[in-house]
Amino acid sequence: MINQNSDIILSVSDLHATVDGTEILKGLNLEVKAGEIHAIMGLNGSGKSTFSKVLAGHPDYTVTAGEIVFKGQNILELEPHERATSGIFLAFQYPLEIPGVSNRDFLRVAFNAHRKARGEDEIDVFDFDDLIEAKLDVVKMDAAFLDRSVNEGFSGGEKKRNEILQMALLEPILAILDETDSGLDIDALRTVAGGVNQLSTTDNAVVLITHYQRLLDYIVPDYVHVMADGRIITTGDKALAQELESRGYEWVLEDHRAGVTA
Amino acid sequence: MSASVQTLVSQPYKYGFTTDIEADVIPRGLSEDVVRLISAKKNEPQFMLEFRLRAYRKWLTMAEPVWPNVNYPPIDYQNIIYYSAPKTQPKKLGSLDEVDPTLLDTFEKLGIPLSEQKRLANVAVDAIFDSVSVATTFKAKLAEVGVIFCSISEALQEHPELVEKYMGTVIPIGDNYFAALNSAVFSDGSFVYIPKDTQCPMDLSTYFRINNGDSGQFERTLIVAEAGSSVTYLEGCTAPMYDSNQLHAAIVELVAMDDATINYSTVQNWYAGDENGKGGIYNFVTKRGLCAGKNSKISWTQVETGSAITWKYPSCVLVGDNSVGEFYSVALTNHHQQADTGSKMVHVGKNTRSTIISKGISAAKSKNSYRGLVKIGPKATGARNYSQCDSMLIGDTSSANTFPYIQVQNSTAQVEHEASTSKIGEDQLFYFAQRGISPEDAVSMIISGFCRDVFNKLPMEFAAEADKLLALKLENTVG
Repeated sequence: MINQNSDIILSVSDLHATVDGTEILKGLNLEVKAGEIHAIMGLNGSGKSTFSKVLAGHPDYTVTAGEIVFKGQNILELEPHERATSGIFLAFQYPLEIPGVSNRDFLRVAFNAHRKARGEDEIDVFDFDDLIEAKLDVVKMDAAFLDRSVNEGFSGGEKKRNEILQMALLEPILAILDETDSGLDIDALRTVAGGVNQLSTTDNAVVLITHYQRLLDYIVPDYVHVMADGRIITTGDKALAQELESRGYEWVLEDHRAGVTA
Repeated sequence: MSASVQTLVSQPYKYGFTTDIEADVIPRGLSEDVVRLISAKKNEPQFMLEFRLRAYRKWLTMAEPVWPNVNYPPIDYQNIIYYSAPKTQPKKLGSLDEVDPTLLDTFEKLGIPLSEQKRLANVAVDAIFDSVSVATTFKAKLAEVGVIFCSISEALQEHPELVEKYMGTVIPIGDNYFAALNSAVFSDGSFVYIPKDTQCPMDLSTYFRINNGDSGQFERTLIVAEAGSSVTYLEGCTAPMYDSNQLHAAIVELVAMDDATINYSTVQNWYAGDENGKGGIYNFVTKRGLCAGKNSKISWTQVETGSAITWKYPSCVLVGDNSVGEFYSVALTNHHQQADTGSKMVHVGKNTRSTIISKGISAAKSKNSYRGLVKIGPKATGARNYSQCDSMLIGDTSSANTFPYIQVQNSTAQVEHEASTSKIGEDQLFYFAQRGISPEDAVSMIISGFCRDVFNKLPMEFAAEADKLLALKLENTVG
């Protein structure tokens, strides 16, 4: 929901980043306010996923210019786990499997790491169990999932639901969902989108990274950005996504090229 | 990877101190005279001297094994001290009050309190310092139910017939180079005898401490469980930090009669050398259990974290019908450590079953090999084995190897072998980090998860300790 008076949560300016010496982000600008839902769309290789990893601090990427200000703080110097506990959450496109570590333990340790970072006491196993079981409803997950190893042997849909469960638990201020819709059947998509909608409030913000407009039928964005060649080249509302769906990306890219050369 | 991890100072080896105590030391080197001298110092019966001499003569004809996947400079066996004992130790201890307080302090510092007031509540401990046993707790209480728990030196005085009957029956003197050496010069160790139909009322434990920098440690443990009895045995070990390498060549023999069960657990934390590979213990150990009786069971659990070199294959010979052998192992190597460890399961009797679960973790420049033999003899109808060997690599410079040997001579046998190799990757750590979990905590969670099948088999107080030990050993390995 757009409210011009809301606080700015995220402000990215002229962001350049490389991986293995190749520049992927080439001057990206983005501002996200509390309560807003942003969608970032674009073709493969446009830099969408790279942007999400750079925000979260993945060690493979090097920021060569620009800044990322989150809640008024430049976070480029923060370690990935410090960015996480300060309120940035990334729902992974391919959630990792962690054999031997139970989902319950993983979630509890993550939750307590967040509490510790806020200067709060860690909560014990029993209180945590009550808390997490209440959250399971958000993504319609069975409690049996908690006792399986993290993502091990999970179906694609189960992995994505598990990501949203983590989001429900950690209550981030900025949630970035990287292609969360990929590989989901329609029921799983509805569940995941329903979870995100439940968690979206006037105090937090969501950035959806997606190829398709399909997800945006369920999570309605306030802004739709199109990324190409490491930059956001155009911004519109949900109508832009619908137009992209029916006409493809070529016309936006052409307009952009015309604009750049003009 | 992260500054916070790089600046983490590696936890120093906290057992690396030396105890300053006057020792009765014999001159360096090994000869028939030295073997006789050791036996004489211990006032041993004639059969023991003859056993030692046979072993020594056999050893002279043998060569050090070259097949293990480890490298080390030649060992000069003439430059080792084969007997070193604290001087103040009286010949025979009336009570713990007579133990040199320096020694009691040493074990207290190691977390093994021996004094009456502080001793571990439910574990009887035999504490071995260099070549001799300094104290055994709860002896009297155990004696009430007929359990004998004492040093092997004492057993040779008090129960020579039992020692003569069993010693060398599981591991013959010429079994291998290091076993022959141990049989010639072993100095002390623990002896356990559980009478028929007796469940040992408490866990038994031996704590080995090498103190002298120039002496080898050659201890020998013998556990006999009579029909229908059971015992749980724990073994721990540490050593001071020296620049030189110390040789440790031990033997453990287990005998289980009909329906008897022996659980033997080890947490091995000998000094591993520094991060450049200087110093550390050479750990060449022969451990074997004989399931002599029907329905008997021997279970080995080991957590190997120390030593510069580990060469060790706790094994089970399953002679009794329906007998069971188990081996659960976590072997962790860091820096320049080298481990070649695994198990042998030899199926002789009918319907014998064995399980091998091995977890190897290698970090830094270390080398970690699993080597195991599963042998099904011609008469072992219905024998079954399940082996699972998992390796985990941390970083790009360590190595893991698996050398399984399977020999089957009976067509009804079922033998399964599974192996996997995984790596703690940047992406896994990033996933943890993105949920707020620091790299150190992430590594420790992954490792605990990886080792869970084995830790579950450890007695409770050991399991917690093993978990902590691995975490300490791995500090500073990510980054």
